[in-house]
Amino acid sequence: MADTMNIEPVKLTREDFNSPIEARWCPGCGDYSILAQMKKVLPELGVKKENIVFIAGIGCSSRFPYYVDTYGYHTIHGRAPAVASGVKIANPDLKVFVMTGDGDALSIGGNHFIHLCRRNIDITVVLFNNEIYGLTKGQYSPTSVQGQITKSSPYGSIERPFNPVEMALAAGATFVARTIDREPKHLEHILKRAAMHKGLSFVEVYQNCVIFNDGAYAPLTDKKVKKDNLIYMENDKPFIFGQDDEKALNWNGSGFEIVNLADHPEETLIKHAEDGGNPAAEFALSNLTMETHMPTPIGVFRNAHIPTYENMLVKQIKDVTAQKGEGTLETLLNSGNTFEIK
Amino acid sequence: MSDKQVKTLDSITIRFAGDSGDGMQLTGGQFTDTTAIAGNDLNTFPDYPAEIRAPVGTTFGVSGFQIQLSSKPVHTPGDAPDVLVAMNPAALKVNLPILRDNGIIIVNTDSFQQRNLDLAKYESNPLEDDSLKLYQVFRVPITTLTREALKDSPLRPKDKDRSKNFFALGMTYWMYSRSMDHTIEWINAKFKNKPELIDANTRALQAGYTYALSTEIFTTSYRIDKADKKPGKYRNITGNEATALGFIAAAKRAGKELYLGSYPITPASDILHELAKYRNYGVKTFQAEDEIAGIASAIGASYAGDMAITTTSGPGLALKSEALGLAVITELPLVVVNVQRGGPSTGLPTKTEQADLMQAMYGRNGEAPVPVIAANSPSDCFSAAFEAMEIAFKFNTPVVLLTDGYIANGAEPWLIPKVEDLPVIKVDYADDAENYQPYKRDPETLARKMAIPGMPGFEHHVGGLEKDVSGNVSYVPAVHQEMVNLRAEKVKRVNMHTTEPELYGNPEGELLVISWGSTYGSVFKAMEEAHSRGLSVSWYHLRWINPMPKNLGDIIKNFKKVLVPEINLGQLKQLIRAEYLVDAQGFNRVNGLPINSGELLEAIESQLKG
Repeated sequence: MADTMNIEPVKLTREDFNSPIEARWCPGCGDYSILAQMKKVLPELGVKKENIVFIAGIGCSSRFPYYVDTYGYHTIHGRAPAVASGVKIANPDLKVFVMTGDGDALSIGGNHFIHLCRRNIDITVVLFNNEIYGLTKGQYSPTSVQGQITKSSPYGSIERPFNPVEMALAAGATFVARTIDREPKHLEHILKRAAMHKGLSFVEVYQNCVIFNDGAYAPLTDKKVKKDNLIYMENDKPFIFGQDDEKALNWNGSGFEIVNLADHPEETLIKHAEDGGNPAAEFALSNLTMETHMPTPIGVFRNAHIPTYENMLVKQIKDVTAQKGEGTLETLLNSGNTFEIK
Repeated sequence: MSDKQVKTLDSITIRFAGDSGDGMQLTGGQFTDTTAIAGNDLNTFPDYPAEIRAPVGTTFGVSGFQIQLSSKPVHTPGDAPDVLVAMNPAALKVNLPILRDNGIIIVNTDSFQQRNLDLAKYESNPLEDDSLKLYQVFRVPITTLTREALKDSPLRPKDKDRSKNFFALGMTYWMYSRSMDHTIEWINAKFKNKPELIDANTRALQAGYTYALSTEIFTTSYRIDKADKKPGKYRNITGNEATALGFIAAAKRAGKELYLGSYPITPASDILHELAKYRNYGVKTFQAEDEIAGIASAIGASYAGDMAITTTSGPGLALKSEALGLAVITELPLVVVNVQRGGPSTGLPTKTEQADLMQAMYGRNGEAPVPVIAANSPSDCFSAAFEAMEIAFKFNTPVVLLTDGYIANGAEPWLIPKVEDLPVIKVDYADDAENYQPYKRDPETLARKMAIPGMPGFEHHVGGLEKDVSGNVSYVPAVHQEMVNLRAEKVKRVNMHTTEPELYGNPEGELLVISWGSTYGSVFKAMEEAHSRGLSVSWYHLRWINPMPKNLGDIIKNFKKVLVPEINLGQLKQLIRAEYLVDAQGFNRVNGLPINSGELLEAIESQLKG
């Protein structure tokens, strides 16, 4: 088998990741932006190209593996987290990405998604959230807003949507972030941090579907209004936003409220802490969305560090081996209640 | 003390039966191990309810363990028990119909009070009316005698009563001239931190033995001589243990790490339990969130270079169907074990059946052929698992291994193979990065050349969409036609690399019996008897069902009739009829039990007459 250890420094450029296969998303699709930023990030990870694996399920997002020149596996609907778990456990030296969508990860694959988060396997999940089923041509998804008119909800969807960041936090993901396709710098920065995180990292990308749900995130991307609606979270910094950075979020004891900087000097404001030490704040932040008529935070919600699944498994194998001795075929066959017939 | 006789028997079938909390499986297991060590051949049949603790005393809660032991080769747990050990009225009621005429019944008379009789729905006490007059009944107050033996024990009365299965075991040890040594050792190891339990269980065992020896009730003990088995080292093994060991052995012979992705399901969970013990053999077990994740994670592990398996039972295989199709189209080595149970739906979780054959053959969307192999006995699960993996790696294909509840839980002595007799499994990855194409094939086997993540220069894409040879997605009609044909042809070629089963009996005659899987033992016994009666019948037992052996068509031509015994409504029969255009008849039972060899013999005779 090839040497999969990453010993020498890796010198790669984004061109090294250009796939001979031309991307076939619709013109103007937000997925192109995610692909472009990912190709910038990959050479910076210090991982050899042959050790990078993209796993996907089904949907527009899930064509992603074909468009990067690494190992790639386009699997079946919803199951990419499970396939990726097997890949990472089989070879912990690999850098494994799961590229998924709102239908793939939260509907048909919802079970696998929460369990992947819970186990803290060192995998980076990028969820392209366009709040619609694109590849099947426009049905409402588990993140579609209530009332949304789609082909399968001609009178408006009556379902309540999932909040992907809140789900990932609740399921125990150790790195949880949100970004937007139209914010390329932010997207690049978040993808890189997620990819460098040791443990399960989850990135929700608000992604515009130009065909079936165009403008779903307009309040967050339209230059005229976005400063009033978007908060760029940074660790250890207050949550300042507004056309002239004149507003901020502050903690009122039970939740976040909007305050004017004029009345609340910066040093008195609550600061963002990513370290996972304050679940109440994490969940409160995740619930600030257009749905709740609050400014929407993007950035890192949680960045905590606990042992990964695969490291604990490797350690268990080592510990048991140290205790019982390395098992050979000879000892295997001759174990149990044996007896001799002469 | 009266004079006691010792009689020598060729074989005997004993059934231990009691409440599901009475420890009957443990009792049977101990009797089995001791019998194996004594050198008899044996075959066992644990028969227990799906409920962990069904209402005490009721017929639903009866748990049974049957063992046939012999000085001759044994292939079944016996059709009708010679001896029934019944710990309560319900156990007597459930098992009496299968006991042979004039058989021995040992009952715990203490449990035959009105309440238990009511629970078992007996209108009058069978020990007092004449309903047992056809049998030799040994009435033993097992609970009272156990309490008496443990009168100095510090245990509470309720806990003392839990030792009564050891008392019963002790009696049977005397009756069948077994030594108590193995069980005493086992008790010492099992309860090493609970000296009061070591003391109680050992005393109960010895008290049962001494009681049988000294009481006037038991006038005769029996001896079953050592079986004339091939010399060598043996191990008593269940089918699920053997399956687990077969895969570890395959991994060692391939120089691979073994990965199991699995979700708990009866009666397959014991394979997961067994493999989870072997961390020091580099075995990775992943208890997935569901059946689908079990197989999907195994597919991922296989893709990344581990030797991967997933284990399940019928309903689980249904859930794995789509992912199995993914393994077919991406052509990854994988073995899916289906320990069959009664179906459809939840069906009979703890009972045996062979009704998933068609599911294994065809239960996927699209043209998705997989090789299918079936194990024929508990110890054969080792070889079947090993062979399934050899083919999976030789052809880069998923393989379905079928066992069932009967052989998975049943046990028999297994002649331990020598390490050097186990073939080396060659893992053949691509070696030319410059010209690598993921669907380029070996001209002989048609297996594609794999390259796994970590191999520099071989970066490529695979997936569930149809691909051309380069791994690019293709909707070209001719490409799909070619790929479908290639995948089918590849599986057909598996039989050029497998050993054909031996035909039992004359190469031509009136009747050919074709069977598969766990019915092996029952058919063997029926065939032995048929031949001793001079009947013109031969037998062919399939190991690989897909593809069928090359020579089967020619064999069938030499017989006037074909009979296919199965524990389903005729699934192999359908395949045989379709493949060979022969008017095959079925012998079918779906009662949750192994096939009764006496009934099969009658069916053979009736075929020959008709």
